[in-house]
Amino acid sequence: MMISRRDAASLLLAGLTAVAVMAAPVAGSAAEPKTLKVSPHASLRVLDPITTNAYITRNHGYLVYDTLFSLDAAFNPQPQMVQSWKVSDDKLTYDFTLRDGLAFHDGTPVTAEDCVASLQRWAKRDLIGRRLVGAMKEMTAVDARTIRIALKEPFGQMLQALSKPSSFVPFIMPKRIADTPPDQNITEIVGSGPFKFVAGEFQPGVKVVYERNAAYVPRSEVPNGTAGGKVAKVDRIEWISFPDMQASVNALKKGEIDLIENMTADIKPTLEGAPGVVVQKRSGLSAATIRFNWSQPPFNDVRVRRAVQLAVSQRDFMDAVIGDADAYQICPGMFICGTPLESRAGVVGTVEADIAKAKAMLAQSSYKGEKVVIITPNIVSFGGLAPLTQQVMRQIGINAEIQTMEWSTFLSRRTLEKPAAEGGWNVANAVFTSLDLYSPLANLNFDARGPGSYTGFVNDPKTEELKTQFARESDPAKQKAIADEMQTRAYDQVFYIPLGVYNSFAAYRSNIRNFIDSAIPVFWAIEKN
Amino acid sequence: MGYLILKRIAAAVPVMLVVATIVFILLRLSPGDPAMVLAGDMASPQEVAQIRARLGLDRPLPVQYATWLGDMARGDFGVSILSKRPVLELILARLEPTFVLAFCAIVLTVLLAVPLGATAAWYHNSWIDRAVMAASVLGFSIPAFVIGYLLILGLSMSLDIFPSQGYVSPFADPLGAARHLALPSLTLSVVFMALIARVTRSSVLDVLGEDFVRTARAKGNVERRVLWRHALPNAAIPIITVIGVGIALLISGVVVTESVFNIPGVGLLTIDAILARDYPIVQGLILFFALVFVAVNLLIDIVYVLVDPRIRY
Repeated sequence: MMISRRDAASLLLAGLTAVAVMAAPVAGSAAEPKTLKVSPHASLRVLDPITTNAYITRNHGYLVYDTLFSLDAAFNPQPQMVQSWKVSDDKLTYDFTLRDGLAFHDGTPVTAEDCVASLQRWAKRDLIGRRLVGAMKEMTAVDARTIRIALKEPFGQMLQALSKPSSFVPFIMPKRIADTPPDQNITEIVGSGPFKFVAGEFQPGVKVVYERNAAYVPRSEVPNGTAGGKVAKVDRIEWISFPDMQASVNALKKGEIDLIENMTADIKPTLEGAPGVVVQKRSGLSAATIRFNWSQPPFNDVRVRRAVQLAVSQRDFMDAVIGDADAYQICPGMFICGTPLESRAGVVGTVEADIAKAKAMLAQSSYKGEKVVIITPNIVSFGGLAPLTQQVMRQIGINAEIQTMEWSTFLSRRTLEKPAAEGGWNVANAVFTSLDLYSPLANLNFDARGPGSYTGFVNDPKTEELKTQFARESDPAKQKAIADEMQTRAYDQVFYIPLGVYNSFAAYRSNIRNFIDSAIPVFWAIEKN
Repeated sequence: MGYLILKRIAAAVPVMLVVATIVFILLRLSPGDPAMVLAGDMASPQEVAQIRARLGLDRPLPVQYATWLGDMARGDFGVSILSKRPVLELILARLEPTFVLAFCAIVLTVLLAVPLGATAAWYHNSWIDRAVMAASVLGFSIPAFVIGYLLILGLSMSLDIFPSQGYVSPFADPLGAARHLALPSLTLSVVFMALIARVTRSSVLDVLGEDFVRTARAKGNVERRVLWRHALPNAAIPIITVIGVGIALLISGVVVTESVFNIPGVGLLTIDAILARDYPIVQGLILFFALVFVAVNLLIDIVYVLVDPRIRY
């Protein structure tokens, strides 16, 4: 059997023609709406921002829902849905009046009753919300536009609570939806925010579509953090999920998407110099930490925790994990650097390691060489943390072993208080964003309620008492003093070890304008030319 | 033929039941908790426990199993724990990309691998034979994700011929679909091609030694006709068998290929659901894959009869 030259030439020509046709660019239509194609940091699956604290669901919430107050970039609460508010002289009654023209995406007006129901649902899930409820006598709708919160005792964090920027955010939804129990997912996504969720095009884990809410009445102020006017300047936003970061980097380089919302410093070099691509450092910080299981030996002994604390150098961790010196900071402040409560009060170790002192401290402790289990998830943001934690521990004589697992197993396992040998754990790294840590009431590292509390099970009634004092206090200077005392106590008892803070980056096509430098990625104001 | 189909469908029921039971047990025994994934990483143990109770995950396993089987018997695959969408709706929404990708890969495989294998057999022990067999070994040896990334690097990022990711429906935009499916289809079909080319070569070699081939030549047939009209059809049965068995290979390849090229098919859904411990989706998907496997094998049996009239059931 022979294939003739003519046959071969025909086949080759057909193949080349097919490739040329397939490679030809597809012409776009001039009438197409302006669509912003975004690669989000994770896939959206849960739509209810009160059921889950996942950041991706929170970001989805900011598109669809609105809030009574919002936090600006300087961490100051600013009115958002609220037009005006009054506080009684005894500071026990707050009246909030809604702006004109607020309406949900189904066309119904936003009323005070909707706000009350939404805040009640939020308060059942949120740490600050629970404190607010604890201080509250009642929350009522005085009329269609006025919400009244009557307190039993002063609550100095009222506006901070209502403007809480990160999970859980007090988003406002219609009463009929907000009446759903907070541990049950809502399925109908109706907000009053600048974009509407397009339920018909939602493919969990694949694609989320939002359309501009033409009826939205934005505030007149310029956008600032999550505060200010939320003016939608694109008609449609598509969140397209990618299974890995390299795939989204390739798609951005080829112009298949417009924006990568969040990427780590190690990805930056792959995009720098790419034609038509802008890389922007984001001001929001992430904070890496070491957490101990307080309920099990050896870390139920404060001397063992102190020994590790003395052996940690933030610079070593940041060099190993982040690498790019422009992308990290040495920050011993537990309420994060650059925030109103930033402080160096009570700082021990962490900035400079003192191995000799750490070894001496360990020798005085109850540690007898038993195996210590470090659990870690196999995800990018935790890369490098566990091996370095193990190295630090081994350096001072702790027999540390790493057990790697996927995310959901990691989450389940670190809630277990039992010994590592029975499926529990001793040490785990955790990563937070600055918005989770700037408030002493919301900072989970200060959840000191003991067994049953946030992973690590820190048990310190004194800290819980300080948090109550902080919640009551409205004088910023006194709040700062209490926060300093809390930090001093946390360093002394080694609630956890801060390992430094670092920036993430956004990358977008050069035809994108006005990407707001907010700790939370917000999509209003963005223009696409 | 009708009896064969009925018999096979009846036999599929216990197979599906065994698969369902194994999947249910394996999922519940694996570490991880969907309630934890749903609540998020900052949830307290009490909050997670509340969600577990609401989802019914705190009930004894036999009760959960019986409830699930009962629902399945009524055609109710349940709803996703995370997105609250019906599982059947989620799977059906993801079927098109997977089927289109698999179809393209199979077509590409048959169009390229069968002629390649037949040609290698015809030029047995020549450099063509060795080249085809070497390529076949390479195809077997290189993992699909490596092939995918190499194709993206070469044909998408460097030469800018094809898109690097995504899916376009051929029913909406045939040209766009062809551009988006070219690289993933090639990636998915490489292992399959390697397998089919080898089997075709071996099968054709066996047939070429048969008397009827010599007879065909003696009758004055040209060589091309001897190969394509006489030898190849008689070598078809082993090739069809391997195509059927290879469906399992294709299913695992789909999962990887969809991840590399960001194609929103059932493969990507499978990975997502497993990582999120979304039990109803994983259970539904595994049953779906089992059903596909059973259906393909039935189809292969039917094709045997059509290709070789000597076969009777």
